[in-house]
Amino acid sequence: MNKLVKIIFLVSLVAIIASCGKKQGQAVLASNAAQKVYVAPGEKDEVYAFMSGGFNGQIGVYGIPSARLFKIIPVFSLFQENSYGSDEETKDMLLTSKGYVTWDDSHHPELSLTNGNHDGRWLFINGNNTPRIARIDLTTFETKEIIEIPNTAGNHASPFLTENTEYAMSATRFSIPIPQRDIAIEEMGKGKFNGSVSMIKIDPKDGKMSVELQMLAPAFSYDLSRCGKGPSHDWCFFSTYNTEQAFQMIEVGASKNDKDYVMAFNWVKAKACKDAGKAKDFSGVYYHNYMPENAPAVAERMSGVKLLDPKDCPGVAYFLPTPKSPHGADVDPSGEYVAAGGKLASVIAVHSYSKLVKAIEDKANFTGEVMGIPIMKYESTLAGEVKKPCLGPLHTEFDNNGFAYTSCFVSSEVVKWDVKTREVVQHMPAYYSIGHLSVVGGDNKKPYGKYLVALNKITKDRYLPVGMELAQSAQLYDISGSNAELLSDFPTVGEPHYAQMIPASMLKDKTKRIYPLEENKHPYGIKSEKEAKVVKNGNQVHVYMTSIRSHFKPDKVEVKKGDTVYFHVTNLEQDYDVPHGFAVNGSTQPNLLIMPGQTKTQKWEAKEVGVYPFYCTDFCSALHQEMQQYIRVSP
Amino acid sequence: MWTKKLTNLNRWLVLLAAVLMVTVYFMPMWYISLEAPQYPEGLSMYIWINKVSGGTQYDLQNINLLNHYVGMKEIVSSSIPELLFMPYVLLYMIFGAVVTFFLPRLYMIGLGIVNLTLVAIAGLADFWRWEYNYGHELNPEAAIIVPGMSYQPPLLGCQQMLNINACSLPSAGAIILFVAVTILVYIIWAERKIYLENKGD
Repeated sequence: MNKLVKIIFLVSLVAIIASCGKKQGQAVLASNAAQKVYVAPGEKDEVYAFMSGGFNGQIGVYGIPSARLFKIIPVFSLFQENSYGSDEETKDMLLTSKGYVTWDDSHHPELSLTNGNHDGRWLFINGNNTPRIARIDLTTFETKEIIEIPNTAGNHASPFLTENTEYAMSATRFSIPIPQRDIAIEEMGKGKFNGSVSMIKIDPKDGKMSVELQMLAPAFSYDLSRCGKGPSHDWCFFSTYNTEQAFQMIEVGASKNDKDYVMAFNWVKAKACKDAGKAKDFSGVYYHNYMPENAPAVAERMSGVKLLDPKDCPGVAYFLPTPKSPHGADVDPSGEYVAAGGKLASVIAVHSYSKLVKAIEDKANFTGEVMGIPIMKYESTLAGEVKKPCLGPLHTEFDNNGFAYTSCFVSSEVVKWDVKTREVVQHMPAYYSIGHLSVVGGDNKKPYGKYLVALNKITKDRYLPVGMELAQSAQLYDISGSNAELLSDFPTVGEPHYAQMIPASMLKDKTKRIYPLEENKHPYGIKSEKEAKVVKNGNQVHVYMTSIRSHFKPDKVEVKKGDTVYFHVTNLEQDYDVPHGFAVNGSTQPNLLIMPGQTKTQKWEAKEVGVYPFYCTDFCSALHQEMQQYIRVSP
Repeated sequence: MWTKKLTNLNRWLVLLAAVLMVTVYFMPMWYISLEAPQYPEGLSMYIWINKVSGGTQYDLQNINLLNHYVGMKEIVSSSIPELLFMPYVLLYMIFGAVVTFFLPRLYMIGLGIVNLTLVAIAGLADFWRWEYNYGHELNPEAAIIVPGMSYQPPLLGCQQMLNINACSLPSAGAIILFVAVTILVYIIWAERKIYLENKGD
């Protein structure tokens, strides 16, 4: 009997050791997990994920749980696939005060909010390098508007939305002299440099953006933000780093202080101060570009802003000391707690909105001030700390069951913790070095929950090797049960910094299938083949062209050498998924991709005498290959 | 028997038939649906008393686009003369029913049934002829010519033509006309019963 017990003990010990030997992250393949991510042919995904493209300047649209990529939405960068940013219609979308800037670093997609929940109208995203915010329409999944933000360097803490999309907040990652001028870099910490917080107003009817107000801020680096909801509706919370104001070897210099700050910013008060005339007229040139419905982009050059000095608006902001270089400043669904993961801290500080409101009543809680902004006593606003959660906590989102999920870069994991008790309940490994994470509706008053995506910075050995440059990796977790479960691992395009996810049911039935031809407002658009024509004006030639399965009109295009030819191609189709393409031999421009009912223009220089073919580049029909014609260039 | 005066109830039933026929102006008579692998949601068209329309705003244009590959003529309401005079034929039927209300004799009902049946037969025959011509009179310059192939849609039921499965079915208007005829037939049956009972007495 004793021997039998020993044998059983030995066998189970061997089994345990053997299982430990399995490579981490090769989830013991739960056929259960495979079922959860399997979307059968013809079936649809449950959730849309909008992932920023980081250094590709675009947005990737994925289906969750299958993790299939559906579309890349061009935003700040040229997209030769459909001529975004190159053709005559969209090129002015990329016009800025610095000229045509055809690239940017896009970080944070933000879905529009109503009552603190995603409403599925628009998607906003920041351009970090040439400070801009773009608005994407979620019926067409196209970029419809881009606004440049003046007096800003590094539009990183952006575009974080208030509870009803009243404003998009935008604060600076880099501090600079405002206005720009020649100053010794060493003067940075001496009040010569500034950061700024911009309030970008969003029209509730059509989503149009405008610069309402800018506030000068101390020369810190403002990293991320979330705006309040419910009780904290009037406030937005910004994380800061480099409050040391180091200007060289910043990796060391910015990491000296034991605590940096979360800046609590009262946007309602800021607007009231502006209305009371306390903001000054200030310089700042910027562009505001938008696409009217099915017509070429309009680029407006704007000049001047209202600038508020926080000294002139007491109570507009407070600094909440927060352990070491916090990354996220994330508001929980109730609007009461603000979780701030300190990148270099061993705790996650959780501030309390109600304690903040009480604390600012009593000056004894003020330990100092910068630019008229009081610095609070750490304990006076603190609800508590999540002790030893992980290494390098960054960004937090929330589920519908009272749990928070914080990404941890250094220990490469997601920690799940209870918002009320601040106890860690689970460690979920990420492969490798997670940056942001995303829960479906994870910043909403009522999160949808169910899925969590970890957006990782380092890929290494996760996929088949493809040379040196690798796709970023992401992991999908099921968080619906009491224990989160790893479901799948998939590559992503560009470098997704952050993603937002929304149930498919909120978008899929209102997506547009065609541009109605009768609503085409393009000045060179035509409604039928009968109107197809060639109009010469000096050495400018405008070809009013139509495309429909499977031919172009007019039949003949004849021009003179030295002419500049504008092919204005209207796709007469009114059928779902029948775009036509257009490319001319010898063109220096990318092909056009024209949606049904849309007009797009390609500029073509007739440089040499000869006969040049043009053709449809998008396989449209059984006779697509025959969809080809000529342009003749005579001396 | 045919000169018998209608009962009051049957007089009103005739007027009901007239009202039903008026509604036919506002609904399609026939429905043709097309399904193909490339059109998972299908394309469709409705034939009304006075026009042809697409199942959606754009279906007719898209049907014409597909049809042009095999050389079929474009479907345009104004090029179908039947659609110009059919509304007047229906108006004549309604007029007949109203006259019957004021001249409630059984022979008027008989006349109505005969007229409606003739119109229905003529209409369906004409529709078939239209479908025949439409499916056979193909442009010899068409891009796709399949020897021996014609594209006549069925009058009733479904048929596979190349990659397209076409189905043709009566729609609300035709069904209402059928109900109107049925009412008239019922009136004859009811009046005959009364006539025979009276005769027996």
